[in-house]
Amino acid sequence: MDRRRKFILWIGAMTALILCFSLLALCMGQFHIAPERVLRELFAPRGADAVRDNVHTTLYNIRIPRILMALLAGAGLAASGAAFQSLFANPLATPDTLGVANGASFGAALGLLLGGSAFAVQGLALLCGIAAVLLVFAVTRGMGLRSPSMLMVILAGMVISSLFSALVSLIKYVADPQDVLPVITFWLMGRFSGVTRASLLLSVPLIALGTLLIFLLRFRLNALSLSEEEAKAMGIRLGRVRLLVIAAAAMTTASVVSVCGVIGWVGLLVPHISRMLFGNDNRYVVPASIVSGALFMLVVDTLARCANAAEIPVSILTAVIGAPVFVLLLRRSGGIGV
Amino acid sequence: MSIEVNGGTFSYRKGEALLQDVSFSAEAGETIAILGPNGVGKTTLIKCLLGFLPWESGSTVIDGKGLRDFRGRALWQRVAYVPQARRPAFSYRAQDMVLLGRNPYLGDFSMPGKRDREIALRAMELAGISHLAEKNCGHLSGGELQLVLIARALAAEPAYLILDEPESGLDFRNQLVVLGLIERLCRERTLTVILNTHYPEHALRVADKSLLLFGKGVYQFGRTQQILTADHLRALFGVEIAVRRERVDEKDYAAVIPLEILDPDTEDRWT
Repeated sequence: MDRRRKFILWIGAMTALILCFSLLALCMGQFHIAPERVLRELFAPRGADAVRDNVHTTLYNIRIPRILMALLAGAGLAASGAAFQSLFANPLATPDTLGVANGASFGAALGLLLGGSAFAVQGLALLCGIAAVLLVFAVTRGMGLRSPSMLMVILAGMVISSLFSALVSLIKYVADPQDVLPVITFWLMGRFSGVTRASLLLSVPLIALGTLLIFLLRFRLNALSLSEEEAKAMGIRLGRVRLLVIAAAAMTTASVVSVCGVIGWVGLLVPHISRMLFGNDNRYVVPASIVSGALFMLVVDTLARCANAAEIPVSILTAVIGAPVFVLLLRRSGGIGV
Repeated sequence: MSIEVNGGTFSYRKGEALLQDVSFSAEAGETIAILGPNGVGKTTLIKCLLGFLPWESGSTVIDGKGLRDFRGRALWQRVAYVPQARRPAFSYRAQDMVLLGRNPYLGDFSMPGKRDREIALRAMELAGISHLAEKNCGHLSGGELQLVLIARALAAEPAYLILDEPESGLDFRNQLVVLGLIERLCRERTLTVILNTHYPEHALRVADKSLLLFGKGVYQFGRTQQILTADHLRALFGVEIAVRRERVDEKDYAAVIPLEILDPDTEDRWT
């Protein structure tokens, strides 16, 4: 039972680190807040009629939403990556495999081009992300196959994905290079600076629900990674379960992209770290990915906003930090579990 | 308690029936071998039998019920399928792989419990692979992997076991391990077994009855000892064949020796 003990230790350690780092992240930033002040604001807030000073506003309107979003985004993307890898029986699958990220990017870029409010941009991104997955299904149906293989679904995903990426380029091409284009470009690079309490309203329930669904389906995911006939012979209603997994991962990814832009690497890196630690059994990979993804994203975002006076786009940091960590782990584990 | 196929017909292309009006049945504790040359539809027959491919006409009847009469997962608590051993994209530990066999008893959102783990361990014991429990399936030999897949099927506690070429690609020793396990399951657990095989000797060794697929929808079904004659084998594979029987330590064995390829144009395969 040593894998089980290791697993419980890992989940415990990650959870403790998440709490410590969250507290640290609340203190850190261009505007430093002392830890005791943060704790007082969190656990003994003054009454509603008390004067809302800078500290209170910074914490409740900026840092807490931002930290929550980073944790959820990391957890959601990592879980979606793990789910898609099993669903497509492909270790290289990522949450963007079906074009969700490019769809959502297109929605956001369109919203920014039209000068919509933050809420409109988020809503449009979410809609287009979901629309991308629906289009993938429509294309797969259009092929006229009785039961489309997962390879066909991936191919349809690539078609839709590149279509939306071309549309994003089109929008960038027509956008005003003086003001709109830089906004779109920075938005697409991924950042948590735009997170507000309002943006959490729409995204948190969807990310939480999607991640929860993947967590609940974790044992079924193991069977999904086998051949179609093996899964059927285990009494699994393939159509239903596959749809559930895709819906869960798509709503999570689209919600994350709609708020934070495109954040690469997490959905690939974190599940594979979990595989190296615990093997491929999704009963371990999914929960380990959720906590590790949350911590990874929080650390990266805290670095992104504290390392430099001007914020560094998150997706640059995920790759710059993620790539060497991944190579190091591959070397140490000899690729076991991958 | 029986599994039967009644008048099963299937074709991949219209007008070219691969399987035509095939009927056979297996009673509790019986083993049935399906024999035939490559591409004749042995695997297709198993896929149709299990409902992975739809019969054009005819049906599979299990315990007196058609496949569609089973509700939800109930069918897969009775029937277990062992595919041809292939390396999976993600390799699981042997015990986790065997535990997947408990899926027919679990809902989409449920986890296997202590009882499921115990049943999986017993299935591994039965298949004689308890020592592999902690091993990664990616590191197992072909024979070991095949036994893991059989144990996974046994974890569903089925009455019927359907195997697709379980001894292909295995060495002599592992062939005997797999065949011995099948014999033991039939005798001790009164499991009904249907298996595809390329080896007439294996059919003669373990199968009570055999189904010979000659191609173009022609087939023969009957008791293995009566039906697996040199004539039938010659027609089956288009090869001149000699059957030699050997008695070793009070037990009869049959050796099937392929002699030479028959020219399909000059030789009438129906002699």
